[in-house]
Amino acid sequence: MEEKIIKQISLFAENKPGRLANIAENFRKADINIRAFTIAEAGDFGIIRMVVDKPDVAHEVLHDAGFTVSETSVLGVEMQDIPGGLGKIADVLGEKSINIDYAYAFVTKTEKALLILRVNDIEGAIKTLNVTGVKLIDMADIQAI
Amino acid sequence: MIEYWNPLVERMPVDELDKMQEKRLKSLVNYVYQHSDFYKKKFDDANVKPEDIQSLDDLKKLPFTYKSDLRDTYPTGMFCVPNEQLVRFHASSGTTGKHTVVGYTRNDIDQWATSLARALTSLGIGRGDVIQISYGYGLFTGGLGLHYGAEEVGCTVLPTSSGNTEKQLNLMQDLNSSVIACTPSYFLFMNEVANQSGISIEHDTQLRVGIFGAEPWSEEMRTRIEEATGIKAYDVYGTSELSGPLCTECQHQDGIHIWADQFLIEVINPETGEQLAEGERGELVITTLAKEALPLIRYRIGDITVINKQPCECGRTHPRIMRVLGRADDMLIVRGINVFPGQVESVLMNIPEVGEHFMIVVDRVNELDIMKVQIEMTDEAFSDKINDIMSLEKKVASALKNVLNLAVKVELVENGTIPRSMGKAKKVIDNRKL
Repeated sequence: MEEKIIKQISLFAENKPGRLANIAENFRKADINIRAFTIAEAGDFGIIRMVVDKPDVAHEVLHDAGFTVSETSVLGVEMQDIPGGLGKIADVLGEKSINIDYAYAFVTKTEKALLILRVNDIEGAIKTLNVTGVKLIDMADIQAI
Repeated sequence: MIEYWNPLVERMPVDELDKMQEKRLKSLVNYVYQHSDFYKKKFDDANVKPEDIQSLDDLKKLPFTYKSDLRDTYPTGMFCVPNEQLVRFHASSGTTGKHTVVGYTRNDIDQWATSLARALTSLGIGRGDVIQISYGYGLFTGGLGLHYGAEEVGCTVLPTSSGNTEKQLNLMQDLNSSVIACTPSYFLFMNEVANQSGISIEHDTQLRVGIFGAEPWSEEMRTRIEEATGIKAYDVYGTSELSGPLCTECQHQDGIHIWADQFLIEVINPETGEQLAEGERGELVITTLAKEALPLIRYRIGDITVINKQPCECGRTHPRIMRVLGRADDMLIVRGINVFPGQVESVLMNIPEVGEHFMIVVDRVNELDIMKVQIEMTDEAFSDKINDIMSLEKKVASALKNVLNLAVKVELVENGTIPRSMGKAKKVIDNRKL
């Protein structure tokens, strides 16, 4: 089950110019590739969430650069690019009372859509999604994108 | 280890101390009246003659002296001795305006060292201790002031002055510093730098005592320092006008012992100037009883405190002032409510998720004062869910509102972005054009 957990990098950032450039520059130097990226903003601050190919290195690099940063366990779900794909996932999790804290999606080069999910019960979610035949991706898949 | 530096004086019965003060006050008023045109004029304007002062009770007849008097007579217009009798000058840091100059005779320097020798002894500091003095040396009185007191009691002084934190930490380890003296905010910064380099002050150094002052700090900050570094943290009091750092708490950590043979203290209502009773909170007023070059009569030092005249458990009979909450000068008035940065600090120190660094920012928007408190997001408190962060902001805001009776906007900022200070920490940015 462990291998299906994806380490997402979460980072606290003030809403001010230059913060993103600073992160990008640190990643460029450390040769880190961003696979998925989203900013949730709330007024004066924002939380930047990223899935990268080398999360441990990314965490270290950002921490050393003075950022408040954490690694968060999330799930990566491969979605069929057909109507109702997202609804199915939300339905099965809802049936088991598993709450989605947040989610964001991205499309890969292979024309598949990937959904990143943070849930309140990650192991329960993995079990449930496995049973229903949903494909969960792992860190190796992330690196291979 | 000796218990008292001057046992006879420090344990003198209170009525004898009063008699000593009375005698010294009478000779002081004669001395300043004869030796300073400034004081002669001040007394004449207030219609007081030296012979009107016959008892401690007559103290209230004397006019106050203010910081502005020192500025107006810059540089040496209030001095009572000719310059050739001075052995040293210091000048204030000018945090509240134009700088002021203080001069010292040989006896003034000796008295100053004695005051601190008593204080250091009361903290169990003496021969065998290595004291790292990380207060600035130079015109600022912190460094040299403690230096002389520490040498007097036989400490080995490590005069690092402030700044160059990595070097401070290396020397602390290599030379086994057991005592550190600096501002509390600088010590916390030092601890932060130590932790980043994998050094634990508690386990990797011999440090056991800290003497912290030159800026107001709270009881909660003491707890935090002691828990984080395993040392005992003590408050030191003094200002450049009175010589410099002078007095500390004793090991009971229950108020600062002000040596009554050197200083006569009162607490007044800052608005009316009336003396307040023991135990009432007000503005501290100090009369120097033994200074030669620059004696001060009823000097409005501006600090808000409470006097405690009960003899201390340590056996010393001299009065104590309770922790200084802030200077009258530091007080902010926001929407008509008095706010001391020290109150904000106390609240923040009680919230474990919050780091020790903060900045108060006051703005005026549409004729309304807006007070904002910026605090740093720490690694421990960081959650990647927006709701968690917003509820932390709300928690802090409501704790502040309970204490200040004022709605405060709390803003979490990135770690390390609030300026660290090597000396007095700046805790307020007031953008109002008043």
